[in-house]
Parts: sequence; structure tokens; C-alpha cells
Amino acid sequence: MDFTININNNDCKASTGDTILEVINRNGLKVPTLCHLKNSMPTGACRMCVVEDVDSGKLITSCSYPASPGLRIKTHSQRVVESRKTIIELLLSNHPDDCLYCVRNKNCELQNLSEEHHVRERRIRGKKNHENMDLSSASIVRDPEKCILCGRCVTVCEDVMGVACIDFLNRGNKTIIGTSFNEGLNTSSCINCGQCIMVCPTGALTEKNHFAEIQQAIEDPKKRVVVQYAPSISVSMAEELGMETGKDINGILNAALRKVGFDNIFDSSFSADLTIIEESAELIGRIQNGETLPMITSCCPGWVKYAEEFYPELIPNLSSCKSPQQMLGAIIKSYFAEKEGLSPEDIYSVSIMPCTAKKFEAQREEMTQAGISDVDAVLTTRELTKFLKLYGVDMFNISPELTDSPMGFRSTAGKLFGASGGVMEAAIRTAYFKITGKELVNFQIPQIRGLQNRKEAHIKIGDFDLGVAVVNGMANAKDLLDEIKNGRNDIHFVEVMACPGGCIGGGGQHIGTSDEELKARMRTLYSIDENETLKVSHKNPEIIELYNEFLKEPLGHKSHELLHTTYNKREVLI
Amino acid sequence: MEKLTEIFNDYSDSSRDSLIPILQDIQTQEGYLSKESIVEVGSHLNMPSSKIYGVATFYNQFKFQPNGKYHIQVCRGTACHVLGSATVLQELEKQLKIKAGQTTRDQLFSLEIVACIGACGLAPVISVNGEFHANVDAGKLKNILENCKKMEDVE
Ligand code: SF4
Ligand code: SF4
Ligand code: FES
Repeated sequence: MDFTININNNDCKASTGDTILEVINRNGLKVPTLCHLKNSMPTGACRMCVVEDVDSGKLITSCSYPASPGLRIKTHSQRVVESRKTIIELLLSNHPDDCLYCVRNKNCELQNLSEEHHVRERRIRGKKNHENMDLSSASIVRDPEKCILCGRCVTVCEDVMGVACIDFLNRGNKTIIGTSFNEGLNTSSCINCGQCIMVCPTGALTEKNHFAEIQQAIEDPKKRVVVQYAPSISVSMAEELGMETGKDINGILNAALRKVGFDNIFDSSFSADLTIIEESAELIGRIQNGETLPMITSCCPGWVKYAEEFYPELIPNLSSCKSPQQMLGAIIKSYFAEKEGLSPEDIYSVSIMPCTAKKFEAQREEMTQAGISDVDAVLTTRELTKFLKLYGVDMFNISPELTDSPMGFRSTAGKLFGASGGVMEAAIRTAYFKITGKELVNFQIPQIRGLQNRKEAHIKIGDFDLGVAVVNGMANAKDLLDEIKNGRNDIHFVEVMACPGGCIGGGGQHIGTSDEELKARMRTLYSIDENETLKVSHKNPEIIELYNEFLKEPLGHKSHELLHTTYNKREVLI
Repeated sequence: MEKLTEIFNDYSDSSRDSLIPILQDIQTQEGYLSKESIVEVGSHLNMPSSKIYGVATFYNQFKFQPNGKYHIQVCRGTACHVLGSATVLQELEKQLKIKAGQTTRDQLFSLEIVACIGACGLAPVISVNGEFHANVDAGKLKNILENCKKMEDVE
């Protein structure tokens, strides 16, 4: 039903099901919110979004209150603004107030709100809560003193990720956010996805940072410091840098990394191509030999940990392929080291990832050779921006450069890994060629593109009907995984990405990434695929060279040693 | 864990509404809520353990450690409060190096805050395994704790 409500003396269109907040936002006005999270049930906890109901004189929460015919509200009356200001002052009353030293300085919702509401003094003094920081996780740092208990992390962790390892603990002024038994995140079922960081309005949740080690390695004349960046990085940095959304800055990124002092610059899209060669061989093998199907991708370390905790019975379905980050890490410290006459200890390998779970992945025991990690340090997209600033790199005044070779050249298939459906599309292109000896006529597979939670397709490869499914956003995988557990057998290959939209929506990306920005990043990846000619991984000349010179054959002896891994059921507090 | 199965059987619908009664039954049976029990309740009710822990910590009635051999209850009722039970609690926490709700590592002492225990005339009052100690202060508390330890040594 359509009707009107009156906002600040103007009639505005509304429909049944709208919240007041939605109508306000459609009409050129903003009302501040804190606990509100798009696409989730409103909790109405913070009362930041209050507006005045003119008829009853009451202050009502616009995020949770349905619009109804004839409703008359004021969004910015003095009374409303004052009450919002008081809420902010109350939130600040026990806040550490160390903005200058905070990672979220100049990028904090609490800071912005207090600035917007002209908070000029500490009017209300409360007892500070002295809770210890949780530094136990390889990826996530929690600082409960900065937490304003908005609950957004709790909502995301449960609704979007299906993990629910954190919740409100205790009661009243003792309330905190914590894990089961208030222990370290590392003993919980946390999958390190970082989506909680993406929604935290303050500095209470951040990623674990390794700047000092990287700086030290760069200074060390004995170290060869190499860097790789994930397929999504070049298309998702624009917002961090204040450039046009979705802009591809690949060339500038190469130049910037050289300015910082990285000795060699490689592209994880190259190792995405490598992953495709190994993974498609594995898939074809499984189909031909009647082994466990469907095969499920293993590129996403958030998903891999989730499987180890929540679906251990599906571990045999996980592809044994390491992720592109770890494949390249392993190749750098073997093939590249050999080529350059270096020993693996002399190499310091950094990777730039859209992802906090990659930090966890890099320190997994399985990701080492003779005690040496394949990858030494991981920076998120956000951290990279800070790192470039630290080194004074002027991204607006720099000429594009190329990556180093080998291991810098990629197909567009490898680049597609950045978006949900990309791994699948790239794998199908190569599997098709390997099975039929011919290239696909149409490389694009529109059924598995886009931001939908779950996508499925059946692809004819010769006489074989290949069933594929793609899911993104961990909670969306549950139904599909249960169907598989219960014997669904028309699907042969499944791609799972824990984060919404895939890596372009990763937990290491720009905070405040909107759906529109996700779409723009996706479009850029697709247009790269459209415009460039090398569209399949198996034709990447550097990949062909790598097999000729070093690996010899997919799934061969060297591959097994360097590029494949195993998984184990994890005992955590679920 | 076999022991919980019996409790679960009393709440056959496995609905989340049974969470609190189930937790209460477990606490009655085992004296506290262990990690294992919480995880077990989680898989029975299909609830994350963080949520169960969240619910359980909302209420004062639940304990997450077994009581010590000497279970000390500190009365925080009005009369005791007026006569300084806050300091009594602080002092006990200091001497035992635990917070209320916890048990010492050697499992000897546990500390619990209780509302009025009905001995206002003795305020501030504590009870050790049900035995009341009246008008306590820092010195008296020290003696009480030491006596308990001595009894241990004798055994
Ligand atoms: S990193 Fe992901 S799984 Fe871990 S607490 Fe945050 S949202 Fe939950
Ligand atoms: S950690 Fe951040 S997102 Fe979570 S409740 Fe606290 S302020 Fe909100
Ligand atoms: S944003 Fe509406 S109550 Fe928090």
C-alpha cells in the first residue's frame, strides 16, 4: 500500500514495510544511526536515530519504527538534536578519548557524530571500563575499552557469516562483547573474516598489524623483499585513496610498491592462474576416477576454517589446492629463489590482501616448508594505504609501471578471482579446454556473475553436464552445504567465498564499502576481462614456462609438495 | 556426556525456550556450568555457545567454576552495605586474588556475593560453608582464611 507521511512539514511517499528511516533517507535527509545495520533486523538499541512524533510528542527510533499513513515527524527539531547529543555524550563518558592514537582517527563514526553534534566538552564523566585487549587472534584485535556496544559486530557475525562466536556478555554497566567463556578469539569459532571490523563504528575492532617487521625487512640489505597483491586490490583501493570508485590502479600500484622499496612485484592473479591449472586437473581427476564430489574451492581461508569447524564431514570435498596467496608464496621461496640463487631464508615475502583471514592462513603450520613460512607478512587493503602514506608515496603523481616477470603476468581469468563466481568461471574455461581440446565459444558465464547470494548453473562440456554452484557470504552457504551433506548429487563443483560479493567485499577492504561500490569493483573486473585478450589461465605464457622449467605437470610431485595441502577438523568452542 | 542426556530428556521439545531451565538443572546437578556442558547444550538446542554464555552471564545465579572446598558468601544486603561490606568484599578479593564468582586455582576457596542472608544484626557478615562470621574486618578475615588453610594442613 502506498501512502504519505509528513516529514518536517513536507509530505513524502511511503509504502507498507518501509521504516521511517528509509523514507527519510529517500528524501534528501540523513538521520544518524549507530546500531542499525542494513539488511538485518533492527535492534533499536542505541536510540541515535530518534525523531519526534509530532502528534504524540514522543521520540521514536526511526530505524525500527514502521512508516504508517498520516504519521507526522520532525527529524531535526531542537529537542531531537539535543537528545541525540546527549546519547553521544553518554557514549563518550567512558570512552578512552585517545583519538589521536587510534587507528580509526578521522575514520570513526563516534568521532564524526560528536563533531556533527558540536560536542565541545566532556559534560558527563563515567567510570572507564578497564577490559584487556584481545590480541590472541592472528587476524583480529579487539579493544573492549573502545566498544560502544552497538552490537553490529554481533549481528554481522551471526547473520552474514553464520559463525556467531561473539555476543553480549554480562549485564548492565558490566556488559561487554565477548566470546564463549570470554576467552581469546583464537579459541573460538571465529573464522577471521574481518566483517566485524568492517561494521565497527570505532577502533574497538581492527586487524593485527605487522608494519614494523616489514619496515625492518625493507631496511635489511641482506633481505630480498618481494610483494604480491591479490586480484581485487587494484580495483578496490580507489575509495581509500579518494579516487573514483571502481577505478583500476594496477600500474600505479606497481610503481608505488617500488617506491616503497619492494624489490620484486608479483601478482597473485598469476598464481590464481596456477591454482586454476591445478584445481581443474584435480576436478577432472575426481570426476573421471569417481572420487569425492562435489569438489569445493579452498581459496578462501575464512571458508576453510569454517569447514574445519562446522562441516568437518565435508573436508574430503575441499580441493587440496592451496590458495593463490600460498601458492605464490611457495613458488617464490622455491622456483624464484632457485632462479635468483637465493636461499629461502633470504627472502621476505609480503602479500597484500583484501582479507584479514589471509593473515591467519599465512601462519598455518601447513603453509610452511622446512619451518619457513611461504608468506611472511600480510597487509590488508586498508593497511596498504596507510603503509604507502608512511612512505610518502603520492598516488596522484606517479606513472604506471609493470609487474616483474616471471610471476607478474596473468590472464583475465586469474583477475576474475576477485569477485564471487570468478574462480568458478576461470576453472570452467580451463576445464572445458582440457576435456574437449577446444576453447569455449563464449567465455563469459553470466549465470554465475553478480552479487546474488547463491548462483547455480549447468554447463555442457562435451557430453558431460557439469553442475556448478557459487555462494558468497558465509551464512548463505549453509543451505547448499546441508543439501550436499544430505546427498544432493547434480553439482560437481562449488565455489565458496566467505565475504559478501567475494574478495571485493573482503574484511580487509575500505571501511564503509557500499553495495554500489561493490558493484563498481565487480564491473571493473568484468570490463578488464572484456577488454583484454588473454582470457584463459592455461594460455598464460609464464604459467606454461613455470611448468616446463620447474613443476613439470599439474598434480605432479613438485606440485604436491608445494601447492597442495591438507585440512583437519578443529576443536573450538562452537 | 551421559549425565546431561537425562536432563535433556525432561525437555523433549529441544526448543530454545528451555534454555534457562536446562541451565538451572545442570547447575543443580553439577554445581556449576562447565565449558563442556555449555557446548553440549549448544549442540542439543542448535545454539552457538557464545549465545548461551551470553544468556548465562546475564543472570547472577549461574556459576562457571565449581565451588572451592571453602565456599565464602559475602552478604551485600543493605545493613551489611551500610557497615562496610564493600570493603569486606574488596579485602577478600585481594587476599584470595580472585573476583567474586571465581574459585582459587588450588580449588580451596570460592567467593560469592549474596543478597541479605538474614543476619543483619551481625553485619557485616560472611558465611563460610554455611557458618556465619560476624562483624568481620580485614584482620578477622585474615584469621578466618588462615584457619581454613591450617585445617587443610592438619588433614
Ligand atoms: S572475524 Fe568474522 S567470524 Fe570472527 S568475530 Fe569477526 S565477524 Fe565473527
Ligand atoms: S566492537 Fe565495535 S561493532 Fe562491536 S559492539 Fe563494540 S563498537 Fe559495536
Ligand atoms: S540506529 Fe536506530 S536505535 Fe540504533
